[in-house]
Amino acid sequence: MQKYSALSLIKNAFSNHQNWDVAWRDPEPKKEYDVIIIGGGGHGLATAYYLAKEHNITNVAILEKGWIGGGNVGRNTTILRSNYMFDPSAHFYEFGMKLWENLSIELNYNVMYSPRGIINLAHSDAQLNAYARRGNSMRLNGIDAVLLNRDEVKKMIPFADFSENSRFPIFGGLMQPRGGTARHDAVAWGYARQADAMGVDIIQNCEVTGFDVSNGKISGVRTSRGDIKAKKVGLCVAGSTTLLADKLNMRLPIESHVLQACVSEPVKPLLDNVVTFGAGHFYCSQSDKGEMVMGGDLDGYNSYAQRGNMPMIQHVLSGGLAVFPNFSRLKMLRSWGGIMDMSMDGTPIIDKTHIEGVYLNCGWCYGGFKATPCSGYVFAHTIAKDEVHELNAPFNLERFHTGNIIDEKGVGPKPWIG
Amino acid sequence: MLEIKCPFCGKRSQNEFAYGGDATVKRPALGQEVSTKDWDDFVYFRDNPRGKHSELWHHISGCRQWFKVSRDTATHEIFKTVRLEEEL
Repeated sequence: MQKYSALSLIKNAFSNHQNWDVAWRDPEPKKEYDVIIIGGGGHGLATAYYLAKEHNITNVAILEKGWIGGGNVGRNTTILRSNYMFDPSAHFYEFGMKLWENLSIELNYNVMYSPRGIINLAHSDAQLNAYARRGNSMRLNGIDAVLLNRDEVKKMIPFADFSENSRFPIFGGLMQPRGGTARHDAVAWGYARQADAMGVDIIQNCEVTGFDVSNGKISGVRTSRGDIKAKKVGLCVAGSTTLLADKLNMRLPIESHVLQACVSEPVKPLLDNVVTFGAGHFYCSQSDKGEMVMGGDLDGYNSYAQRGNMPMIQHVLSGGLAVFPNFSRLKMLRSWGGIMDMSMDGTPIIDKTHIEGVYLNCGWCYGGFKATPCSGYVFAHTIAKDEVHELNAPFNLERFHTGNIIDEKGVGPKPWIG
Repeated sequence: MLEIKCPFCGKRSQNEFAYGGDATVKRPALGQEVSTKDWDDFVYFRDNPRGKHSELWHHISGCRQWFKVSRDTATHEIFKTVRLEEEL
C-alpha cells in the first residue's frame, strides 16, 4: 500500500495526481470466507479492520448493498463525545475517544479529528445541577468534564442569546473539552483502505438476500452476486437490521426512524465548539468549510425512507434561532436524512445471537458515528473469540428480558419521543 | 409534509398530529398469568416492517382523538385512516 505523506503529495503533484494507487480494490466475491461482515458502513469497515489487525483474521469479506460509506456514516453530523453518565456507556465511549485520538496516524489517513469541545447548554438551576451530577459521574470514570457558568459560556459563544427576555435563558453548561468532530467520510475511507491492504475483500453492490442456517448454525449467505460460504457472519446494517433479522427469524427491540440534518452556506469562522441546545431540540457545529452543521430530533414516526419532511427541519431551525438569533439570515445549503436503528432503551446491542456464528451489531439510535472505532474494536473481538468483550458485555440482547436496560435518557420504550 | 386524514376532522397537515407508535402491539389480557416473554415482547419487541405499517396517531392540535393509520414506512404514503375501534 502506498503510504500517504506530505512527500507523496508533492511527488504526485508533479504527475498531476494521475498516478496514485487505488485506495482499495474492487474484487469479485470468493466462494468462501472465514468471516463475512454485512454492511460497508463505518462500523462494518472498522470491524473488518480490527479483525485483521487485532486478531489476524484477514480472509474477510464486507458485503455492501450500495457503496461503502453511503449510509449513516455519510449522513451524520460528525460529533465525537463520551459525556455519558452510566458506567457501561461511559466506559465504552471513552475507550472510543482514546481510539479517535490516534486514528489519523493509525490509519495513515487524515480523519480530521478536532477536539474542539462539546457544550451542553443549561437553562435552569435544576438543569445545571443535573449537569453537575453528570459531570461528576464522568470524572469518576476518568472522562474530562467542566461545569461552565453563564459568563464562561458567554466568553465562548458571545453571539448566543444572553438577553434578559430569552425563552430559555442560558444558566451555564456542561463541557467535555475532548469532545469534537471528525471528517465522517475519511473515517470510512481510512478504515476501508487499511482493511483492504490487509487482505479484506470489500464487495460493493452486493445485497444479502438470505442466510443458510441449519441446526442452529450459519454456513453462508445468499447474495445478489451468488452464494458465499462462511462460518461467521456479522451484521452491521444499522437502519436495516430488522430486515435482515427477519430472514433469521429474530424479532428485535428496534424501530427504524428517520433523522434529518442540514447545513447552511459556508461562512467565516464563528462557532468554535459543538453546542447542544437540548431545550430547543437543536445542536450545531461549524465544519472546516465554514458550513453550520445542524441537527435535532427524529421526524417522529417509523420510517425506512432516507429522507424526512419539512416540519422537523423547520422545528429544528426555529429552535436554533432561539439560541443563535444571528443565524437568521443564513441560507440553507442542503438537508438529508438517515435511518436510525432506535433501540428500546437508547443503547446499542453488540452481541452473539441464538444462531451459532451470527453476530449482531445494531441499535445505535442517533449515536453511531462517534462509536465507529470502539464498535468495530469490540465487535471484531466478539466475532474472533466467539465471546463478548468486557466493554460490550452490558450491551447484550438479553437485557430486554433480564431488566438490565441502559436507558441514559429515561424516556421508556417510545423511541419517537426525543 | 404528511397530510393525514383525521377520521373526524378530515385532511390536515402533519403539524397538528402526534405519533403514537405501532398499533398492532397488544397489551397482554388483564387478570391472567402473563409469562415474562409475553410481557417483554409487548414492552420492547416490534415487527418494524419496511412497507405497510399500522400505527396510532393523535390529533393533538385538533379534535384530540386517537385513530389508526395505515402508512408505508418506505414511501410515507398513507393508505387509510380509521377510528380506533375500526379495523384497518
